[in-house]
Amino acid sequence: MRIISLKAIYVIVLREFKRFFRQRGRLMGTVARPLLWLLIIGSGFTELIRVRGEISYQQFMVPGVIGMTILFSSIFSTISVVWDKEFGFLREMLVAPVSRLTIVLGKLISGSMLSTFQGMILIVLAPFFGISLSLFKFTEMVFLLLIVSFGITSLGLFIASFLTSLEGFNVIMNFLVLPMFFLSGALYPIKVLPSLLQYLTSINPLTYGIDSFKHVMLGDIPGTVLGTDFSFSMDIAFVLAFSVIMTILTSLSFERRD
Amino acid sequence: MIRVEGLVKKYNSITAVDGIDFNVEKGSFFGFLGPNGAGKTTTIGILCTLLKPTYGSAFVNGFNCYKEPKKVRSSIGLVFQEYTLDNELTAYENLMFHCYLYGMRKSTAVKRIDEILSVVELNDRKDDIVKKFSGGMKRRLEIARGLLHRPQVLFLDEPTLGLDPQTRIHIWDFINRLRMGENITVFLTTHYMDEAEGCDSVAIIDKGSIISFGSPDELKKELKGDTIYLKTADDSKARTVIQERFGITVNTIDTGLAIQVEGGEKFLPHLFNGFPVEIVSVNLKRPSLNDVFVSLTGREIREDGPGDTRVRRGGR
Repeated sequence: MRIISLKAIYVIVLREFKRFFRQRGRLMGTVARPLLWLLIIGSGFTELIRVRGEISYQQFMVPGVIGMTILFSSIFSTISVVWDKEFGFLREMLVAPVSRLTIVLGKLISGSMLSTFQGMILIVLAPFFGISLSLFKFTEMVFLLLIVSFGITSLGLFIASFLTSLEGFNVIMNFLVLPMFFLSGALYPIKVLPSLLQYLTSINPLTYGIDSFKHVMLGDIPGTVLGTDFSFSMDIAFVLAFSVIMTILTSLSFERRD
Repeated sequence: MIRVEGLVKKYNSITAVDGIDFNVEKGSFFGFLGPNGAGKTTTIGILCTLLKPTYGSAFVNGFNCYKEPKKVRSSIGLVFQEYTLDNELTAYENLMFHCYLYGMRKSTAVKRIDEILSVVELNDRKDDIVKKFSGGMKRRLEIARGLLHRPQVLFLDEPTLGLDPQTRIHIWDFINRLRMGENITVFLTTHYMDEAEGCDSVAIIDKGSIISFGSPDELKKELKGDTIYLKTADDSKARTVIQERFGITVNTIDTGLAIQVEGGEKFLPHLFNGFPVEIVSVNLKRPSLNDVFVSLTGREIREDGPGDTRVRRGGR
């Protein structure tokens, strides 16, 4: 008996894609929210914050806003698990002769692919904010988007496995997602934070994700205020390790039977 | 096909299922009857591997429901109490999702979906989003989906809950027709007594225990027979005559006389033979399963009335 059924993963992914593209509002929101951040907050702060000899604040924000998009869309995609629970569809999957890992992987892959897709839209728009990427760097970014999305989706899925109502999900959004965003180095360099907050950023997977985006999009400029905080390999190692641990925990959590 | 031994399920201090045993023969139609909250859905939950039994064991198709969940899952099809379709997908997409989840080849899937859609008469609606379907159509689609992978056992958990009477009849037409077509074991839970009349065997469950088991006819025989309603030209005289001749109690009711008797159809000729009073009308009423439930528990099975359309949303 196989542990993973590829056919089942395929059809779970297919379903999530169909649902995503049938909900027009979701796609619009995906593009609109990060653009609002970049255009309004980005241009406002660019005038306030000028670090001599460095990139503009708006340029600094681009990797952060891409990270924000990944964060919101990855967590939001895992809402489908809660949704499926509340509307019964999850049972259709749970009584099928496939392993829990298969279902978890299906949800993980669909969630990360959809997030990656949304992140890619922003990379395509990045030249308007003063960041142009070569084809090589673009490919590198797509790869990074995939692993960061995978990591965040696995976290979301782990949390969603414990929730039974959409109300509970909203609480998580406020108490986890927003702090994760604010403590990720998306809006300000983490070096300027007080040490307690710096500690919190250092256990946030999104911090490493955004740092890796900065490496590719802004170049390796350690030591400068708006530059990167960790080494590129450190970023990738943290995100990958986090993803693997979360995926295992999530499958175990789905395996529980009351 | 299904074997349950000493099954107990506790949720903290609440005992939902309190030591039940039963067997369901292959190919038979089994009815699990009881009021809401009696433990029916919990038992199904254990049989379909979603819940873990506290004590005892359950087997489906020879496989242990707790230890061999995957083998059990391949053997069963399920129609849950609540709707479990994806409302955003079309009917066809819902069925295709199911086929792929059960590892079917695309060619097989296409063929079977085509067959089953015509059985449940949803062929012309197959590309419509399920959101637009009525309750009855959704139920038909779910029954169709439950059969796609040719399961050995089909579980129907309150399949007509919340549907109007006409749709209920329609759904039952389908279920009966499907049973004719495929040699499949059907496990039905319901609190509609009339739906269980057609079962081969019935278990009546109340407060987590099985209080009666047998074919509907056997269960009814346990009741003290049938009721004969009699109206005559002179009821008081008729009453005295019957009591003297047969030594049985005759109750006087608004519309005439009521006689409790075993084997009513055999008793009637004896009663009429040389009866001295003119008989105006006679009515023989067989006991229903509802009467059985009332006599066993002293309550009606449906205390919440016929308008109950609540759909319970399960957790996991």
